[in-house]
Amino acid sequence: MTKTLKIALMGGIAALAMGTAAQAQETTACLITKTDTNPFFVMMREGATEAAEAAGINLLTYAGAIDGDVEAQVAAVETCIAAGASGILITPSDSRALAPVVGQAREAGLLVIALDTPFEPADTADATFATDNFLAGELIGKWAAATMGDTSGARIAMLDLNASEVSVDYLRNNGFLQGFGIDIMDPTDIGDETDERIVGNDVTNGNEEGGRTAMENLLQLDPNVNVVYTINEPAAAGAYEALRAFGLEDQALIVSVDGGCPGVQNVAEGVIGATSMQFPLLMASLGMDAIVQYAKDGSLPENTPGLDFFNTGVMLVTDQPVDGVESITSVEALELCWG
Amino acid sequence: MADQPPESGQDFEQTLGASDTSVAEFKDRPHSALSRVQHLLHGNPTLVPIIVLAVAIVAFGFIAGERFFTPFNMTLIMQQVSIIGILAAAQSLVIITAGIDLSVAAIMVLVSVVTGKLAVDYGVPTGFALIIGFAVGIAAGLMNGLLVTRVKLPPFIVTLGTWNIFFALNLWLSGAQSIRSQDIDATASGLKFFGTNIILGSARLTYGTILMVVIFLVLWYVMNKTAWGRHVYMIGDDKEAAEMAGIRTDRTLVQVYMVAGFICAIGAWASIGRVGAISPQSFYEGNLSSITAVVIGGISLFGGRGSILGALFGALIVGVFESGLRLAGVDVLWQVFATGWLIIIAVAIDQWIREVST
Repeated sequence: MTKTLKIALMGGIAALAMGTAAQAQETTACLITKTDTNPFFVMMREGATEAAEAAGINLLTYAGAIDGDVEAQVAAVETCIAAGASGILITPSDSRALAPVVGQAREAGLLVIALDTPFEPADTADATFATDNFLAGELIGKWAAATMGDTSGARIAMLDLNASEVSVDYLRNNGFLQGFGIDIMDPTDIGDETDERIVGNDVTNGNEEGGRTAMENLLQLDPNVNVVYTINEPAAAGAYEALRAFGLEDQALIVSVDGGCPGVQNVAEGVIGATSMQFPLLMASLGMDAIVQYAKDGSLPENTPGLDFFNTGVMLVTDQPVDGVESITSVEALELCWG
Repeated sequence: MADQPPESGQDFEQTLGASDTSVAEFKDRPHSALSRVQHLLHGNPTLVPIIVLAVAIVAFGFIAGERFFTPFNMTLIMQQVSIIGILAAAQSLVIITAGIDLSVAAIMVLVSVVTGKLAVDYGVPTGFALIIGFAVGIAAGLMNGLLVTRVKLPPFIVTLGTWNIFFALNLWLSGAQSIRSQDIDATASGLKFFGTNIILGSARLTYGTILMVVIFLVLWYVMNKTAWGRHVYMIGDDKEAAEMAGIRTDRTLVQVYMVAGFICAIGAWASIGRVGAISPQSFYEGNLSSITAVVIGGISLFGGRGSILGALFGALIVGVFESGLRLAGVDVLWQVFATGWLIIIAVAIDQWIREVST
């Protein structure tokens, strides 16, 4: 064997050894979203990808076909366990059904962080990084009350999500009522309040068509509606269409939650009075940082004091700011909006 | 019987006189009131939904108070059911052939997204964008029709598949993001044509509501007064017999799915006027709502029987129930509950009526 060949071989072996060492040190993280088409989750993936690149870790992303596709998410968690990932960021399509497989992942030593949607119970995962939906509702409630001044003549229409009354639905609904100054009854129930100022509740499925129909229905109950709470911005856009068809678009304040770009644009144009913006990008990037930290020294992320999750922030967007509620303008918000 | 056989007849003819002289006939069973009703309904399949609709309107007039029985509310209900009504027109065509089309709403939303993207985002003239939209709707129907007739897959499976395919395409094209009402007004207000109001006193009709009624009347004429329409009924009743009678069944079936796709495309245009925005997330379960309207309208899921107009009444019945229960202050989940019972009762009545012919 010639000397050069020997050197080459040794070099090759060394390179191989180094390669394996690098392989062992490389950290892998997973991001599992409900779908990969909704702009909210697209933004989440962007946040996770940026954070993963910055930290030099390997990111695997998975998504269900539609919201509610539990089976695809279970398979994705199993794949992540098999891939030897250090941690999983997941927006569970079903708050309860994914508990067993998440348990398996944690037993295998993975850090599991719920993004946006908490598990039930929340401690199914190691941590939850989410919007404080109650606070999101409270901010728009306070804004609406402050904008009206005297709220004794308020006629409030509540446009909720659907008949299932999931957590995001009742949290935003009741947060709004509390912020507006209405006594809430059961904090996990919708529509049990007795305040005379509430005209009624109807469901929108969170889209324009449902928003329009629901608004028409509540206007049927009382044509003097002057405050409209909506679960999200597409529903708000639908509600505005109904008001406009009745020639009543100037009589009502519309408030909403989300921070999607079309919604922020609607704030700029005066269709929506105020909306609470969520930060999906931040959820994912903070979550990714937590996984990096965990992979380094095994430390777990801590919750925001007083909450059973880490609050990734919510910001009121309006062009008519009021005293006592911090807000940003629609121009500023267009820089931050998702989608 | 009274006449004696002639004496001159041969011996073997003598016994004829004792034989039964009556001709073959159907047994005339005594008709109970119930079976008369059954026969009446068999002959007039739209009678049940008309009666239910009338009773429901009167009943809710009492239950829900005076706000219910106003021209304003009646026309509002028509506006609210107009899009599902148009989808139900397309659906009933397919169901009359003993098929089912789970993709109707997905076709409609896909067409609205294609049209809107072209007209609003890419500045294509509105008329041209609409024509492309119609072409997409017809092509989607053609795809369904060819898969049913050429590949010989059951319509349920074909349209279950295309429902998902069209829905995915819609999300991909739209990025799951709505096109805002204000942007449509600014660039392509013609897309909202069917949202235009006609105000008569306190009644508010939209062009979209009138469009729905016109679609049903045209289809009713086609189905009852043209050879093509009768062929469609025959195919649904008995495809093999229709084929033996010389009807080119596969070709007619493909045409049915294409017409359904075209009606969905018209529905897409109307939906932009109704919703205001172009919303890729709306009408996700519009297919099921359309089937509900068709079934409540007395059109048989087994094919070949029921009037197109039944689907219109079916859609209105659902709308009246929802409006009435809401005005009576009933929780949303009970509206869903009531619709469920309406479906089951409607199909049970259909089964009972069908017993006449067995």
